[in-house]
Amino acid sequence: MLLEIENLGVEVAGKRVLKDINLSIAEGETHVLLGPNGAGKSTLFLTILGFPQYDIVQGSIKFKGQDITKLSTAERVQLGIGVSFQTPPAIRGVSVRDLLKIESHQDMDEDLNPRMKELAEQLKFSDEFLDRDVNLGFSGGEVKRSEILQLLAQMPDFTMFDEPDSGVDIENVELLASEIGTLLDKDKPQGSRKRSGLLITHLGYILNFVSADKAHVLIDGVISCSGNPTEILEDIRKNGFNGCVECAQCL
Amino acid sequence: MDVLSVRNVYEDAERAKDKKAAIGADVTIENFTDETVNALDMIDDLDDLSNQTKKDLLKVGVDTEENNRSGSFLQVDQSNIFTNNAISDSIEVMNIGIALEKYNWVEDYLWNVVKPDADKYTAKTALREKEDGVKSGYFVRSLPGTKEVMPVQACMFISDADIMQTAHNVIIAEENSELHLITGCATGDDISSAMHVGVSEMYLKPGSKITFTMVHNWAEEVEVRPRTGVNLADNATYINNYILTSPVSTIQSFPTAYCNGENSRAIFQSIQGGKKDSIIDVGSRVLLNAKGAKGEVISRAVAQDESQIYARGHLAGTVPEVKGHLECHGLVLSDDSFIYAVPELEASSANLEMSHEAAVGKISEDEINYLTSRGISEEDAESMIVRGFLNMDITGLPDELAQQTQNMIDMSLDGM
Ligand SMILES: Nc1ncnc2c1ncn2[C@@H]1O[C@H](COP(=O)(O)OP(=O)(O)O)[C@@H](O)[C@H]1O
Ligand SMILES: [Mg+2]
Repeated sequence: MLLEIENLGVEVAGKRVLKDINLSIAEGETHVLLGPNGAGKSTLFLTILGFPQYDIVQGSIKFKGQDITKLSTAERVQLGIGVSFQTPPAIRGVSVRDLLKIESHQDMDEDLNPRMKELAEQLKFSDEFLDRDVNLGFSGGEVKRSEILQLLAQMPDFTMFDEPDSGVDIENVELLASEIGTLLDKDKPQGSRKRSGLLITHLGYILNFVSADKAHVLIDGVISCSGNPTEILEDIRKNGFNGCVECAQCL
Repeated sequence: MDVLSVRNVYEDAERAKDKKAAIGADVTIENFTDETVNALDMIDDLDDLSNQTKKDLLKVGVDTEENNRSGSFLQVDQSNIFTNNAISDSIEVMNIGIALEKYNWVEDYLWNVVKPDADKYTAKTALREKEDGVKSGYFVRSLPGTKEVMPVQACMFISDADIMQTAHNVIIAEENSELHLITGCATGDDISSAMHVGVSEMYLKPGSKITFTMVHNWAEEVEVRPRTGVNLADNATYINNYILTSPVSTIQSFPTAYCNGENSRAIFQSIQGGKKDSIIDVGSRVLLNAKGAKGEVISRAVAQDESQIYARGHLAGTVPEVKGHLECHGLVLSDDSFIYAVPELEASSANLEMSHEAAVGKISEDEINYLTSRGISEEDAESMIVRGFLNMDITGLPDELAQQTQNMIDMSLDGM
């Protein structure tokens, strides 16, 4: 297993948000995390990432066989985890170009490498845009595309996307989906994929464009069901998350 | 200046010699010693300076090879040891004493936009001028209609411990001319304690432009009291850039631009990094006294260690149809440091437009987290954010100078 979460319990600001989460993602797999607003999806994402506000009160997270529960965010990322945020903060004086250089392990004094320049163009960023302060005054679509571009600089072994489709118009969703596909080895046959990912979405819209191997539904801090993404999504589209609540009650 | 007004200057100074400054810690001037004017030998070439001194000068933007410069002036302690007036036909650079001998009208520009009785520091400077019979400081002037894009470099350097350095500088941009200055102030490596008082008077004739970029690099026990006044005529533009990122004992300054000419414009941009137990009290003031005048004061301050930063800005509109904007942003990095932002807007007329924006706080957790999620360590993330915060876009400089200024800022921020 690439990622193994066992009996995970998490508190935020003294409040219990996640309860007894068990989730395993194998090499080459893409999982989806569905669930209504406030269910705890972002909390799980940020806990795996290791943000300090998220207190692990129970259980463990293993990545590549190593217990990462006590590692800092930077250390986890260096092990091969990458993320795209739903609403990242703007940072004055730190440009997209600076970040891309760091993420692609380039020397700060060098020009941005040709591969990154090409990818930037693919994601419809002009060269001048790269000198803008990251996320400062970006449109919703620009934020998402910049997040994906930064991930393409890193090429992580395991990538988590928090609501990559929210606030993005249709045309751009397809573009984003194709780059997400690159990050998840979708261009390779299923058996030979190496990269893995976790797509977080409460609408499931992105799943029209990116295929997933398994879906999990998170409700009120508990994974209420796991299974085939198409079936689960169909059920949610028919019955809303209520169906999942009932399902959770049966468990 | 006639005889009567000369006498008035000294009388005023005499009366003000114990007058504390309106703000800032009071410095006991008597703790510092006066040096004899021009006691040190002149040098023929900036290259003759010791390697260490060259390094110290480079840190504050002084290029000892004089590349891309239109003139040079160097005062060490109380001696003007080097002047290069030969580079540009558009610009005059000389010792203020020599300028007074050369042009009788230079007198009229002394103690005009800075008053001798402003406080005990200006008074002391005036009284020393009287006592010595010689003045220290520089005179820089751009001739009418000229536009020299290369900057003049002027430097005040303290090489002797416990002295009080004074200077009286006059800068004149004649009608429709453009003048750029880089001024660096520094102390030698082995100097811990000293005092510096620099009186600077600037005059911008109609249609002229001055950019004045100052980098300070003092030592930990140095007391600094610059006193600057700027007079702007019609359609003149003044741009002041100030960079301080190294420790100092106390610095207090409140340069003031008088926009007396119609459509004149003054911009102050400052970058302040407080370290150790520095007390930095740096403000900028623009008086909008004529129709169409514009003033802008922008500052970024970061307080570390036990430092204290008072970031002041004052815009006063006295007539209609003027515009002012004040922007002060501060980051407090340690529990023992603080930033006190004092933005003041004053409107004594109707139909004017003034705004301000001030925000002081600690470094944002979200921003640090964002960077760590890209694999950057927390420590590096913090320093990136601080550097980014301080690294403001300096506007109004010619391309070449903008690049050099950016290099100077980069160099200053490297130490942060
Ligand atoms: N930093 C935080 N401080 C306080 N409460 C939080 C914080 N982060 C999340 N929560 C709470 O945890 C619950 C789950 O939120 P979140 O993980 O953002 O849900 P989702 O992403 O599924 O919409 C919510 O009740 C939310 O208010
Ligand atoms: Mg969320």
